[in-house]
Amino acid sequence: MTQSMTRPRIFVPRDAIALALGADDVEREIVAAVRSQGIDIEIVRTGSRGLFWLEPMIEIETATGRIAYGPVKPEDVGPLFAIGWLYGQADRLRLGRPEDIPFLKRQTRFTFARCGVIDRLSLADYRAHGGMRGLERALALGPTAIIDEVTKSGLRGRGGAGFPTGIKWKTTADAQAAQKYIVCNADEGDSGTYADRMLMEGDPFCLIEGMAIAGIAVGATKGFVYIRSEYPHAIQILGRALKMARDEGILGARIAGSTHYFDIEIRVGAGAYVCGEETALLDSLEGKRATVRAKPPLPAHKGAFGRPTVVNNVISLASVPAILADGADAYHDLGYGRSRGTMPIQLAGNVKHRGLFEAAFGLTLGDIIDDIGGGTASGRPVRAVQVGGPLGAYFPRSYFDTPFDYEAFAAKNGLIGHGGVVVFDDTVDMARQARFAMEFCSIESCGKCTPCRIGSTRGVEVIDKIVKGERRAENLTLLQELCETMRFGSLCALGGFVPFPVTSAITHFPEDFGGAPLNATAE
Amino acid sequence: MTWNRERAQEIIDAHQNLDGAALPILHALQHEFGYVDREAVPMVAQALNLSRAEVHGVVSFYHDFREAPAGRHVLKLCRAEACQSMGADALAEQARQRLNVDWHETTRDEQVTLEPVFCLGLCACAPAAMLDGQVFGALDEARLSSLIDRARR
Repeated sequence: MTQSMTRPRIFVPRDAIALALGADDVEREIVAAVRSQGIDIEIVRTGSRGLFWLEPMIEIETATGRIAYGPVKPEDVGPLFAIGWLYGQADRLRLGRPEDIPFLKRQTRFTFARCGVIDRLSLADYRAHGGMRGLERALALGPTAIIDEVTKSGLRGRGGAGFPTGIKWKTTADAQAAQKYIVCNADEGDSGTYADRMLMEGDPFCLIEGMAIAGIAVGATKGFVYIRSEYPHAIQILGRALKMARDEGILGARIAGSTHYFDIEIRVGAGAYVCGEETALLDSLEGKRATVRAKPPLPAHKGAFGRPTVVNNVISLASVPAILADGADAYHDLGYGRSRGTMPIQLAGNVKHRGLFEAAFGLTLGDIIDDIGGGTASGRPVRAVQVGGPLGAYFPRSYFDTPFDYEAFAAKNGLIGHGGVVVFDDTVDMARQARFAMEFCSIESCGKCTPCRIGSTRGVEVIDKIVKGERRAENLTLLQELCETMRFGSLCALGGFVPFPVTSAITHFPEDFGGAPLNATAE
Repeated sequence: MTWNRERAQEIIDAHQNLDGAALPILHALQHEFGYVDREAVPMVAQALNLSRAEVHGVVSFYHDFREAPAGRHVLKLCRAEACQSMGADALAEQARQRLNVDWHETTRDEQVTLEPVFCLGLCACAPAAMLDGQVFGALDEARLSSLIDRARR
């Protein structure tokens, strides 16, 4: 065996999930082993590839490419050095080339191409893997052509609403004002979602590049990234990346050598789920209670501090550099129906293969859970799946033929939201889940709309009565009526969508509410 | 450090020129003192040309801001759906019993404050928790138990 010519490199993920599974302890063991054995090696800190059931997944650069080992525990490190993992030697933890692991091989990594691969805080690495090409082309194209390109790509907002990004940008570009803003919504509060966090921790320059392109396109000179406080690692990494970008002239007075000015500031949330709603986020950014605003005026006309503002999700903005670099067609060619491009599907909860699966729209829910996800982690049958966070519907197995696509989910009274997929096995009590949806809404309601503020509390009470068997039929009717009132009487998606998990639980799992189970064939 | 008006004023002065300065100021105050003292409310109001009611409204709206100091350690357990699917409810019950507190309460020795959190973005290694800003995943009874022991030491 021959050692590679250059100084060998070992890649250690520092994504928050890798850290939560002990990546820091593993790294300490690696450093200790390298020191004691006098090995000349470079430790590179990456984000995660998103194969979280294999984290901490350590990669070694060998003469034949990168070889992954995982999940590595601190006590495995000594033996791995002993068997010769620096030369890619066989071991029970050896996973082979990461690109050949089926979960990764089947993906179309577009937005997440660099995540887990590069040194997340090296601009040289970022450039070497295609970074900054989008910004360079954007500067050559100019504002109108950038917006045309984004519009042609078919990119829709990845935060959940699925609004066409190009149209949003055009509206802001057409608004006349001395000051405009780009606001990145990084208030990723939906349970089951972590794509924004992963991207910010694994490829922060990609978000910075996307925001700079957006700034040039609409004529904004200032950007804010509003990150939830529950993401301290993302806040830290993005902060360091912003400083590096300023030092390198990518942000500031003449971005990337052009005549454009653009800079970005991080703002930290304070534990309010409703800030994921764009107008509540804007109020919070302005230093107020995060209450939802009535629309119109649209943020594109009157957003942050009353100025025209683009509010986009992290993944929407991070998709832009590749769209500009490779052209709108490359993106538009992927997808299904009106849902173009790729979606980072986030498999979470009780599923065997937990991780981020970026793929073109159109896979069925069954493909995602049974095939890609490998069923439950507990080994028990899948009973329910919640897609789209706490406001998403619970789907039974009989809905597994639904294609993963904005319109197909809406047609079944569900939503794909930000792409989180939470799997539950047959031990789940769906009445408890319905109750939790209402309870969560009562905790997180901003209080502006009565149906949401009061309705959610009444919802918890009514579900408690149903479960106790108190006038079950009447109370079920009352709950349905309450859900209708919340659905149509709330300004934003919090009160408006919380009926999705509640009514879907009642419809598909009536036996958990004291009713007769649905006939499997009739459903 | 313990509450100190002069230090608080310095923090307010350092941030008051930011656009929408209220949240950055409140975060900085809490970072310094561990909570937002009642005395800070009129000071922030004065600096930002707001009413005391408006500032109180902001402090009380957000779950993060405390109006009294927490225990020496803060244990946040995720209560959201992905963690529920992996048994978070039972772990929460275990934590409440062992610490003999309910959510948002501090143990009698002021060592640990227990807080619920609705998603740490660690949904692919559920159930998850955060102890003093450090993250932990794939919790089970034994791992949570050692986490609680660590917090109580």
